Amino acid sequence: MPRKVDLEDVGIEMDGELSDSDDGATQRRTNRRQAGGRGGAKGRGRGKKPASEEEEDDEEDEAPSRGRRGANKKKPAKKRGGGGDDEDESEDEAPKRKQRGGAANKRRGGKAQGSDKEDSDDGKGKKKGGGKKGGKKEEDKKGKKGDGKGKDADDDKDKKKKKKKKGDSSSDSSSDSDEEDSMSEGEMARLMEEVEEKKKLIGTIRNKPWRMKRRLVQLREAQQFVDKFEGALGKGKGRKWYAYKVMMTKKWIKFQRDFENFRTACIPWERKIKEVESHFGSSVASYFIFLRWMYGMNLVLFGFTFGLVVIPEVLMGLPYGSIPRKTVPRAEQPTAQDYSVLMDFNGYCKYSVLFYGYYNNQRTIGVLKFRLPLSYLMVGIGTFGYSLMVVIRTMAKNADVGGGDGGEGEFTFAWKMFTSWDYLIGNSETADNKFASITTSFKESIVDEQENQKDENIHLRRFLRVLANFLITCSLGGSGYLIYFVVKRSQDFASRDDLSWYEKNELELIMSLLGLVCPPLFETIAELEDYHPRIALKWQLGRIFALFLGNLYTFLFALFDEVNTKLEEEQAIQNASIWAMKEYYANYTRLLNDSESTPPPMDPSDVIRGPCWETAVGIEFVKLTVSDIQVTYLTILIGDFARAVIVRFLNYCWCWDLEAGFPSYGEFDISGNVLGLVFNQGMIWMGAFYAPGLVGINVLRLLSSMYYQCWAVMATNVPHERVFKASKSNNFYMGLLLLILFLSLLPVVYTIMTLPPSFDCGPFSGKVKMFDVIMETIDLDLPAFMGTLFSYAANPGLIIPAVLLMVLAIYYLNSVSEAYKNSNLELKKKMQMARDEEKNRRNNMDSTNQVMKDLEDLMPNQSLAPPAPPPEPEKTPEPETKPVKTKPGKGVNLQKDVALASPNPGAQRPVSRPPGPRGQGPGAGPGRGRGRGVPPR
Amino acid sequence: MDYTNDPECKLPLALIVNMPELNENPFRSRIVESFSEDGMGNLSFNEFVDMFSVLSEMAPRELKAIYAFKIYDFNVDNYLCKEDLEKTLNKLTKEELTPEEVELVCEKTIEEADLDGDHKLSFADFENMISRAPDFLSTFHIRI
Repeated sequence: MPRKVDLEDVGIEMDGELSDSDDGATQRRTNRRQAGGRGGAKGRGRGKKPASEEEEDDEEDEAPSRGRRGANKKKPAKKRGGGGDDEDESEDEAPKRKQRGGAANKRRGGKAQGSDKEDSDDGKGKKKGGGKKGGKKEEDKKGKKGDGKGKDADDDKDKKKKKKKKGDSSSDSSSDSDEEDSMSEGEMARLMEEVEEKKKLIGTIRNKPWRMKRRLVQLREAQQFVDKFEGALGKGKGRKWYAYKVMMTKKWIKFQRDFENFRTACIPWERKIKEVESHFGSSVASYFIFLRWMYGMNLVLFGFTFGLVVIPEVLMGLPYGSIPRKTVPRAEQPTAQDYSVLMDFNGYCKYSVLFYGYYNNQRTIGVLKFRLPLSYLMVGIGTFGYSLMVVIRTMAKNADVGGGDGGEGEFTFAWKMFTSWDYLIGNSETADNKFASITTSFKESIVDEQENQKDENIHLRRFLRVLANFLITCSLGGSGYLIYFVVKRSQDFASRDDLSWYEKNELELIMSLLGLVCPPLFETIAELEDYHPRIALKWQLGRIFALFLGNLYTFLFALFDEVNTKLEEEQAIQNASIWAMKEYYANYTRLLNDSESTPPPMDPSDVIRGPCWETAVGIEFVKLTVSDIQVTYLTILIGDFARAVIVRFLNYCWCWDLEAGFPSYGEFDISGNVLGLVFNQGMIWMGAFYAPGLVGINVLRLLSSMYYQCWAVMATNVPHERVFKASKSNNFYMGLLLLILFLSLLPVVYTIMTLPPSFDCGPFSGKVKMFDVIMETIDLDLPAFMGTLFSYAANPGLIIPAVLLMVLAIYYLNSVSEAYKNSNLELKKKMQMARDEEKNRRNNMDSTNQVMKDLEDLMPNQSLAPPAPPPEPEKTPEPETKPVKTKPGKGVNLQKDVALASPNPGAQRPVSRPPGPRGQGPGAGPGRGRGRGVPPR
Repeated sequence: MDYTNDPECKLPLALIVNMPELNENPFRSRIVESFSEDGMGNLSFNEFVDMFSVLSEMAPRELKAIYAFKIYDFNVDNYLCKEDLEKTLNKLTKEELTPEEVELVCEKTIEEADLDGDHKLSFADFENMISRAPDFLSTFHIRI
């Protein structure tokens, strides 16, 4: 096939040229679209298949029948001439088109018999500069014209041209064959490319938005084509590789899916929480998510404490009974194993690895020379460091999430309506849960919406809110004063012995009474404010938090009192024991005249020992935690479970409806539970330094309460009256946690830095201050220059500039974030504006999205009708085909995306009359846009 | 059913709807109906394949959007009007919402997605809305 070389060349040239003349290309594209649209629905539906079939025919015929080629060639050319009716070509056909466009142009160039001016121009071009030039010129001209006139005008021109060209080519069709050469490399390459395209089509046919019938036809054709030509070109090798690639892609997708599933499965309690969420709403679920987060954090703390402190001590430290601090004193031994004593964490518990006092002050233990005291201090400080870091990081991340979802508000209900059902669900239980969760989420959104719609008397509302805040401040102040008063009184009582039962327990009684009365009181007052439940929850949390701070404060107050008395007591005992020791040594050397002094042969349980205030503090915290666990669990058992049972079963024999009436079922108390969790964590942070075992207890508590509370909620509670959506970020909970963390950090750091450790218990015994252990390590274990380095670092001359620098950095970062926030707001405003604009535009403008238009083919009104039978491909082309170059090089990529296109009906029907005035030819009505109306014929 | 001898035979709706992939789906009969040529839910083999092809993971978003639109268009008038939305909502929530709530939700949905102000959703509106939905692709597919 000799002529192909030329054709190919021309085509390439054309493309190169075209990419320069952008305007022309875009214009043509528009034309094409319009022309396609003009075809009308029916024409499009029918046209698609036949068009591609034609191409198919064309391709297949090419090789064998040389004589027919000229005829066949004209068809595509004609089609192209029709202002790009070739939209129906899928991506795989793009190269073909290119080549044919080239051919067409060439032919066009060759025919210099146009009556029209343009055509004669073309012809001249050909004569002077060969086929390419002619094509080029015309292209340029067209582009220019497109520029000058509107779309419609240009469209018209194209139409006219097409017709004219058809006329032209008729006379010249025989001349085509003259230019043919034999099959050459270019031809081969082209064919190979086509085969590749076909293969690609076969591979991606599933993704094409076509009806099954059309797909089948296309597939069959493509396969035939590939079968036919692949062998000829010796290109079967690629198939295996391709199959392999496809297989690997599939495997990869599946792997990704499985991995995703695995990752989801790895998140603990995800299903449980989802279940709760689907029935009780995201606000209740947010508590459980918080609980889970807390569990994760405590697990890490537990790992540190046990891995670096408790387990080394158990494995490598001295065993129980070897030294006094690890032995129960003789006086306590008879009762040391009693249940009541153990429950108070005395006896064996007190002298166990759970508490501070058990640890020895040996610098290094075991063969590994593990520096236990140093490790103890580091873990104590590290606990706080890690917690701070995690809390702040989570807060930052949550804030990020909150910002990201800002634009979601646009389609809340629509998305819920149309995308919330998961079509994957095939299990009836899951489906039930899904129904519940969809209902719940709708209810949440409805509450939000009603809140937005509420038209309110703003002045009354404000007044009520101020009033409510005033009342609550009053009651908070009152309870604060009450606590202060009671604490003062209890200090007076401490010095007296003749106390009644009430006077002894006054503090505890008052505290628990306040805790019992105030939260419901606040809730009642909060009714006045009439906030959205989500905001009301925050207020409630904040207020109860303030109330409970009083609790914390009294507790710490009492604790410091105790520590101070213990310290005094300890001082006395220390002096006494030193005195006794001196006495003993004096006697020893005097009696035996031996300067070698050995310690007195005393059983470790008989040694006089100090009160060890650290252990006492640790025991306080552990007791508090345990009693808190008991109270919480019992409350759930009685307050929720027993109530639910009574309501449920007594309802059969009661005079009013218990379920709907007074006691009813309990609601899940989010604020109480969250605060319980937060304060509990505060206790853990404060106590962990003095009782390393506390972290372990807490982990157990969180673990059990996860299951227990999940069960309790599902079994005994009813959803809130107004199910409301939790705020996107749990940052309010986190903020409370951070506050508590800070509050609990203070006393611990204070004791570490200022109070002297007990002289006979704990890892720091014998030192003046606890942090001396760091100094000791620096002096003894690190090279000397490190010591000097540290002393320089501790120099105020360095510290003050460092602090200054940090303040400046904070200031700088703060202002930067302010600026970002501003620009963020600005952008949001702009987006909103753009959206409004789009809305307006859409109202009065037709969509120009090509893909959308093509997809309309599948729209309901047409898809119910059977696809029209493809018109039979024309075997006898009209002689008047005048091709118009339409394949812009630039358009290749665009065309690739446009898999479907609507053909111009004009492309399929023979033009049976000579070119006439515009508006009469098939599909020549300009300016119809993409109307779905009947094509003009 | 002898497919080899009678390739034109059709599966009735009742049979298809009971397959485990569709059994729990509240829109199951709508799905089948919108894929059937006659609109009654009787599927030929090609249509059946079409259905799962559209609902497969590989199908492009635009295609899914079209069929989603058809599925939610209960009265086949090419618009999602209030009536359609009410039906959708009641199927989604098993009619647990009060009529006022249903009313509110439908109003809001139309208000959100309706771009041309005709108080019903045309396909263009629907497409515009669904093309931004984050979980449409992940929820609108069936694995077989």
